[in-house]
Amino acid sequence: MKEQKNIFNWQPDRSKYPKVKENGELDIDLTSEKFIKLWQGPNHPGVTGNMAIELTVSGDEVVHAKTHVGYLHRGFEKLMERRLWIQCFPTCIRMCVAEPDYNEYLLAKSAEELSGIEVPEMAEWLRTLVLEMARLQSLLRTVPGQAGTLSLGVGVQWGVYLRDLVLDLFEELTGGRVYHMYILPGGVRGLLPDGFKKRMEDVLKKIEEFIVNIENLMFKNIVFKKRTIGVGYIDPAWVDQFGIVGPNARAAGFKRDVRKDYPYLKYNELDFDVTYETDSDIFARSVVRKKELILTLDLIRQIMAKMPEKGDFKAQTPNVLHWKIPAGETYVRSESSRGEYGFYTVSDGSTMPRRINLRGPSYTHAVSLLEKMLINANLADVHSIMVSLQTCPPEIER
Amino acid sequence: MENYIEDIKLRFDVKDIVSRRDNLSFITCEKEKTIALITHMKNNLGFTHFVLLTAVDWIEDGLFQLTYILNNPNAKIDIAVRTMISRENSEMESAHKLWQQVATYQRELREMFGINFPDSPGVTDNFILEGWDDIPPYRRDFDTKKYAEETYFPRPGRETNDPAEYMKKKLS
Repeated sequence: MKEQKNIFNWQPDRSKYPKVKENGELDIDLTSEKFIKLWQGPNHPGVTGNMAIELTVSGDEVVHAKTHVGYLHRGFEKLMERRLWIQCFPTCIRMCVAEPDYNEYLLAKSAEELSGIEVPEMAEWLRTLVLEMARLQSLLRTVPGQAGTLSLGVGVQWGVYLRDLVLDLFEELTGGRVYHMYILPGGVRGLLPDGFKKRMEDVLKKIEEFIVNIENLMFKNIVFKKRTIGVGYIDPAWVDQFGIVGPNARAAGFKRDVRKDYPYLKYNELDFDVTYETDSDIFARSVVRKKELILTLDLIRQIMAKMPEKGDFKAQTPNVLHWKIPAGETYVRSESSRGEYGFYTVSDGSTMPRRINLRGPSYTHAVSLLEKMLINANLADVHSIMVSLQTCPPEIER
Repeated sequence: MENYIEDIKLRFDVKDIVSRRDNLSFITCEKEKTIALITHMKNNLGFTHFVLLTAVDWIEDGLFQLTYILNNPNAKIDIAVRTMISRENSEMESAHKLWQQVATYQRELREMFGINFPDSPGVTDNFILEGWDDIPPYRRDFDTKKYAEETYFPRPGRETNDPAEYMKKKLS
């Protein structure tokens, strides 16, 4: 682990900084003209969605930060308690716009596990493919999105174009571009269209060219390096304290990946290593995500090569309008592009879920962790640090 | 998994042990012993990754179920600890000293279910709702439909169908 010399990171010695009162507020006199309150948001600052950070700054140094969410709250978890299990699918996908397919998969998986339904092998392959395509389109926004926070906006435009090509493939496979509802209890809605593999390969080749360009734009760029190396440092000791998962934990040297540690679907039949870095700053997190992007291309190719051409893609399920899921509870998880994404589901044996609770990575990343990381940060780095955590407010508010 | 459950059974009076999968079990513990149990699991059994804390409203029994899911990253297993608390004057000991992130979960539970966690940092601060003056909205007795009808104006031309009735009509 490199020694972190950047002064604009959390300073463990708090003797030079204002004290925090018992109610969590800073013990300062705002009328002294030494401090200013600033709000970042709640406008949509690029790739993170609507959330606000209430900052207290001294000069250009942040001395206190508080995350405010609630701009997107529609009470999805509550709404699902009043719907049939099948009606929960169009509701649950909206809990994460960036990768809605994980919600479909986890809800279907919960229902199948509680009901003891076995999913056909073909459906497992197709679900693995769809989840990796979801990761791909998400990373195509996130990787260049980090460059966008440092005014390197051209990368974002390249990424959005390529993401649209992946959305074209989603539309071809599922009929929908952003929300797909392709995964249902018992399997999926259909097989691959004719010629899909060839069109997928064409898109993957274009994304490979993009990776070369993004390498030049970001990782060989002195501006990007100067603004990200040593900035937004996450102490590895914080990983369990703050529930840090996914690329943010892997950039701090933790080789944790749900796909490897708790293999689901067909991941144990795929050949891959967990990508990780050790410097734990914004640059390291960007490198991990770039490696994830390359890995995703490889995984999609492996899935395409190993997937059978045809087969049953949906198991028999009871009539979904009268389906009573046996009473019980479970927790299922998957690895989204932001880290561990899980559903805690409780059934009371009726036709509607008793409780569904989403465990989203942003829940802790964007609130308790971000509030800590921003203290002592330079004001100009706030946006960059926030984006480096890949925060997604809908999964906080649910 | 069995070794961990046996260790817990030796030290704590747990009941309703349900094995959902090889790597996931649910156990139920008394309210007064729950924080001691999860402290033991974190400090001595390697359950260092806190997955989530949430509540389930069993209104018919007058109880809230609090579920703490803990993960052991080395053994790659999860144990979910359930505890039942009364819906009346619902209050639970805070676990924020074990994991700083827990304060966020407790703040949300106070707002959405009305469960108080005294001493939890910032627990009385608004989390998602601002200026809410009704009963906590995630309680089962909060009627979302009634609230929406009273609060928002209906958009003209909208039609609502019961799915079962609609399908019957369509197929007949």
